[in-house]
Amino acid sequence: MKYAGLLVMAAGFFLSITAIVLYSAPTPRAGFVLSGVAVQCLGLFVAMRAHMETRGEDR
Amino acid sequence: MNLQAALPLTDAAFALTLALLLLAPLAIAGVALINTGLGRSRSAAQALVGNLAMVAVAAIVFAVVGAVFTGNLAGTPGGAGHSFVVAGKPWNWLGAGPFLLGGLGSATPLSQLAVLFELLAVAMVVMIPWGSGADRLRLSAGLAISAVLAALVFPLLAHWVWAGGWLSQLGVNFSLGAGFLDGGGAATAHVLGGISALAVVWIAGSRRGKFPKEGLATAMPGHNAVYVVFGCLLALVGWLAWNVAGAVIWLHAPLAALPVTAVNTLLSASGALFATYTVTRVRFGKPDASLCANGWLAGLVASSACAGLVTPAESIFVGLAAGVFTPLLVELLELAVSIDDPSGAVTVHAVGGLWGLLAAGVFAPQPGQLVAQLIGIATLLGLVLPGVYLIFRVLDRFVPFRVDPDGERIGMDLHELGGGAYPEFVIHRDDSYR
Repeated sequence: MKYAGLLVMAAGFFLSITAIVLYSAPTPRAGFVLSGVAVQCLGLFVAMRAHMETRGEDR
Repeated sequence: MNLQAALPLTDAAFALTLALLLLAPLAIAGVALINTGLGRSRSAAQALVGNLAMVAVAAIVFAVVGAVFTGNLAGTPGGAGHSFVVAGKPWNWLGAGPFLLGGLGSATPLSQLAVLFELLAVAMVVMIPWGSGADRLRLSAGLAISAVLAALVFPLLAHWVWAGGWLSQLGVNFSLGAGFLDGGGAATAHVLGGISALAVVWIAGSRRGKFPKEGLATAMPGHNAVYVVFGCLLALVGWLAWNVAGAVIWLHAPLAALPVTAVNTLLSASGALFATYTVTRVRFGKPDASLCANGWLAGLVASSACAGLVTPAESIFVGLAAGVFTPLLVELLELAVSIDDPSGAVTVHAVGGLWGLLAAGVFAPQPGQLVAQLIGIATLLGLVLPGVYLIFRVLDRFVPFRVDPDGERIGMDLHELGGGAYPEFVIHRDDSYR
């Protein structure tokens, strides 16, 4: 699950980059970039949650 | 932030900036003391020796390999950058400078200062994950982490942000303000360090007994609050020097703008301390020393991004916000997400730095600056964090991060160094095991 979360974070990055390439108007560009960062937050949540599930396990 | 496009430095500006950079290592000393004080007494010597050794490895590796990819000596023989073209725009992704800092002595004064700044920044980067791995991260693993960060990750990011790379060119290529701005190394030093700290904690796991299968997390307080608070005071001096020098080198600020940068740095830290003091007093009935130290440091980290770009009033706001979220997030990460981060680096350096970068965009007068800062933040979260985690995962196979259980039981000092930091004192037995 941690890798899935990290993959989603990378997807958010490419979404943000795509926005500045595809859009020149400030509003849709900012909206898409914000969406990309929001996707990254989702990915970070998944990765954090995956780490949490290992709680209490001795290595 | 393109050195080639900058006006030449006056002699006065060069002398001032060089003098400031000679004070900047006090920030490194401060963070080293904080890391040591927040760890346990039986690992104190290993923590401080580790800080020194990691700084040494990072400096050598960066000078030999890293500076090639950073490309700040691009004006010297062999210097150029590597770009690809997408949508008709060049994306400069890798620098190409000479090996072993060749030609440093004959480079422009600004390029020489830039290399010195980067050398200090990489030293700061490698110390941050070391503090998060306290009490269980092996010294050899710390050195390997240091080498990888200094050889590859930091140089790439520094090139993108400081040396004419694609993030710094967002303004030219996509009309996004002045491009991604990071005058004091919030992204290249602190967020990178904080992200690396998170990767280390994920891979090395928590200290034994920290998170029992049932019940609350075990409190493992730092062993020396004096180190921690004195480290904060040392860090202030270093940070003032760092932010002002960064404003000259990376933001090309005139001399007249530098006092405001210094004032903003102090105001941000002060606002953060005031907020953390208040929050911990309300939550716990008394202010918490280590959280106040974390708050102070988070204010300084946030100022790294925006001290040269905002007004004093905005700087106080930036600090206040950092001081509010720091204690809450440290607690949340530990209790709700099971992140065992003794130095609080994930909150202080990663989140504090990201907040500062965002604030620089929010308060910037240029249109599009906020989007440029968001693109930088997206790069740190979406490219750097996964990349660092994967690299560390591979590294862990060759140089195991975590000490064996016996080493953790007797303490890192005895296990790795053969002697403790406080040989004349009896270190109490570990009562955190359940």
